[in-house]
Amino acid sequence: MAQLLQHLINGLAAGTIYALVALGYTMVYGVLKLINFAHGDVMMVGVYMGYATAFAIGREARGSFLGIAAVFAVAMLGCALFGFLIERFAYRPLREKPRLTALITAIGISFALSYGFQLDIGFLPGASPRAFPEIIEPTEWLIIGDRDVVVWNWQVISFLIAVGLMVGLQYLVFGTRFGRAMRAVSWDHRVAALMGIPTDRVIALTFMLSSGLAAGAGLLYAIKDTSVSPLMGLYVGLKAFVAAVIGGIGHVPGAVVGALVLGLVEEFVVGYAASTWRDAVAFGFLILVLLVKPGGLFGRVAAEKV
Amino acid sequence: MQSPALPVPEAPSLVPPALRGILPLLIAIPTLALFHWSLTGSDFATYLLSVVGVNIILAVSLNIVNGMTGQFSIGHAGFMAVGAYIAGYTSLQLKEVALSFLPVSASDQVLFMLALLVGGVAAALCGFLVGLPSLRLRGDYLAIVTLGFGEIIRVFVQNTDAFGRALGLSGIPQYSSPGMVYFWVFLVVLAARRLAGSSHGRSLWAIREDEVAAEAMGVDTTGYKVRAFVFSSFFAGIAGGLFAHFVPIINPGSFTFVRSMEIVVMVVLGGLGSTTGAVVAAIFLTLLPEGMRSLFGALGTEGSLAQRVDQIRMPIYGLLLVVLMLSRPQGLFGTKELWDVLPRWLPRKRRGLA
Repeated sequence: MAQLLQHLINGLAAGTIYALVALGYTMVYGVLKLINFAHGDVMMVGVYMGYATAFAIGREARGSFLGIAAVFAVAMLGCALFGFLIERFAYRPLREKPRLTALITAIGISFALSYGFQLDIGFLPGASPRAFPEIIEPTEWLIIGDRDVVVWNWQVISFLIAVGLMVGLQYLVFGTRFGRAMRAVSWDHRVAALMGIPTDRVIALTFMLSSGLAAGAGLLYAIKDTSVSPLMGLYVGLKAFVAAVIGGIGHVPGAVVGALVLGLVEEFVVGYAASTWRDAVAFGFLILVLLVKPGGLFGRVAAEKV
Repeated sequence: MQSPALPVPEAPSLVPPALRGILPLLIAIPTLALFHWSLTGSDFATYLLSVVGVNIILAVSLNIVNGMTGQFSIGHAGFMAVGAYIAGYTSLQLKEVALSFLPVSASDQVLFMLALLVGGVAAALCGFLVGLPSLRLRGDYLAIVTLGFGEIIRVFVQNTDAFGRALGLSGIPQYSSPGMVYFWVFLVVLAARRLAGSSHGRSLWAIREDEVAAEAMGVDTTGYKVRAFVFSSFFAGIAGGLFAHFVPIINPGSFTFVRSMEIVVMVVLGGLGSTTGAVVAAIFLTLLPEGMRSLFGALGTEGSLAQRVDQIRMPIYGLLLVVLMLSRPQGLFGTKELWDVLPRWLPRKRRGLA
C-alpha cells in the first residue's frame, strides 16, 4: 500500500512535467495543425540556457529564491525568443506549402539541434551529459512511516510551479483577448484574419508561449534528473507528444490528463515490471490508444473537409 | 507538390512483346553475374559496395511510403532491425544444416535466401501491425508512431537473451556478397518502378496529392496506405538481412533513430517520389563521408577532423532537410526520374539542328 502511494506520488511528479511540454505541442497543433517535432529540442536548448545562467550567477546566488527565479526567467525568456526565431524563419515561409514540408522542416530542426549540441566546437556543450547544479537542495519534505513514503521538496516545488503555470495558461487561453484570438485562429485562421485578428502575431506568440513553458518544464526535469544532455529533448519531447496524443491533440485539458496518465503508467512499469522497458512503454501505450480510441481520450476524429 | 509526369506513349519497341515482361531480368542477371565474378577488389571496397547497396534498398523502399504515398515514416531502421535480427537468428540456427543434394556454397546461398525472406516477412508483419492503427489517422501520426516503433524494437532487443541483448548477435555466417546485394537492389528498383506505373501505384499518387479527393474517387485509402507500408517494410527487412550477413556483428546501436534519419535524408534529397533520385542520393550520401574522411586524411589533419566526420554529419543532415524544404522542397529530381532530367544537362545542339 505504501509502495503504491510512493509510486503514485512519483508518477504524478513526472506527469506534471510531461504535461507542461505536452501543452506546447497541443497549443501549436491547435493554431497551426503542425506537429512541432522540434519542441523537445527547443526545450533542451532552454535547459542549457538555464544551466549557463546557474553557473554565471555563482554557487551562493543560485540557492536563493532570487537565483532560482533568475535561472527560470533567463531560460524561459531566452527559449521563447528562440522559439520565435524558429517560427519566423523556418515555419512561416512554409505556412501555405503542403503540410509535409513543415513536418520535414521540424524534423530537420530537431535533428540539427539534438546532434548539433553534441559537438564540442565553440560554445556547444558536447555529447556527454552534465550534472545540473542543485538549484533546489533536495530534502525530504514529508516522510510517512518508517520511510515507507518519501516526498521530496523538489517534487512539491515542481508540482506547484507546474500547476501554477497551467492555471496561468488556462486563464490566458480562456480569459484574455489574446486567448480569444488564439482560439479563433485555431478554429479557422483564414476567417480569423478576415475578422481583423493579426494571425501572424498570434501564431508567433503561441510559439513563444509554448517554448517558454517547455523551458520551464525542462528545468524541472533537469532538477529531477540532476543532469542535462543534448538528447534529453528528444526523449522528453517524444513522451510529451505521446501524452498530447493520448489526451487528444489540440485539447488543452486533455494534454494534462494524458501526461498524468503517462507519468503514472511509466512509474508503475518501472516499479512493478522492469525499468529497462520504460522507454518502450510510452510508445506501446500510444499504439494501444490509437487502436482503441484513435482521437485520443478527449479528442474527436474530425472529418477532413475540402 | 507537382504531380508525376504521366507516362508518354512509347515509340514501338524493338523487343518482342513476349519477352518484354522479363526483359529487365534478362539484362540484369548476366550483368550481375559478370559483376559478381569480376569483383576482386579489396575487402573494404566489397564492404563499401555492399553498404551502398543496402542503403539503396532502404532509400528506394522508404520512397514508396514517403514519396509515392505522401506519408512520412521515420522509423525505417526499426524494420531493418527486425529483418537483420530475424534473418541473422535464422542463419545462426541453420548454420549446421546443409542441403545434401547441392554443393556447399549453393546450399549456403539457398539457406541465406530463406533467412532473408523470413526476415523480410517478419519486417512486413511488423509494418502491418504498426501501420494499421496509425495509417487510419492523419499522416503526421505515422511519423511519431514509426519513431516509437523503432524505439520499442531497440528496447525489445536489449531485453531479449536470444538476440544477445546490448551486445548483439555475432558469428552470423557471412553469406552476403555484392552480387546478392545488387540482385536485391535490382529487384527493389524494378518493383518500385513497376508499382509507380501500375494502377495500384496511381492510387498511391492520388493519396499523396489529395487524400480526401482520392477517397471520394473510390480509393480505399487505408488499404492502399497499409499495403504500401507493408511492401516498404518487407524490403527494409531484406536490407537488414543482407546487412546482418556481411558485418561481423549486429547490435541495437546499428539501428537507431540516426539510421532512420539518414534514410529519410536520402529520400528527401533525391526527391520525394523519385526512385532513381533515391538511388542517386543513397550512393552520394553513403560515399560522401568516406570521401571526406579520405580527403581529410590526405590533407594530413591529424585524425581529429577525419574522425569527426561521423559526428559532424548528423547536424548537417538536419540543416540540409531545413534548407531543402525552404529552397527546393521537391529535392533534386522531384517526382521525375533520372532519365527525365539528364538530357537537360547535355548540350541542346541536336534539337537546334532538327
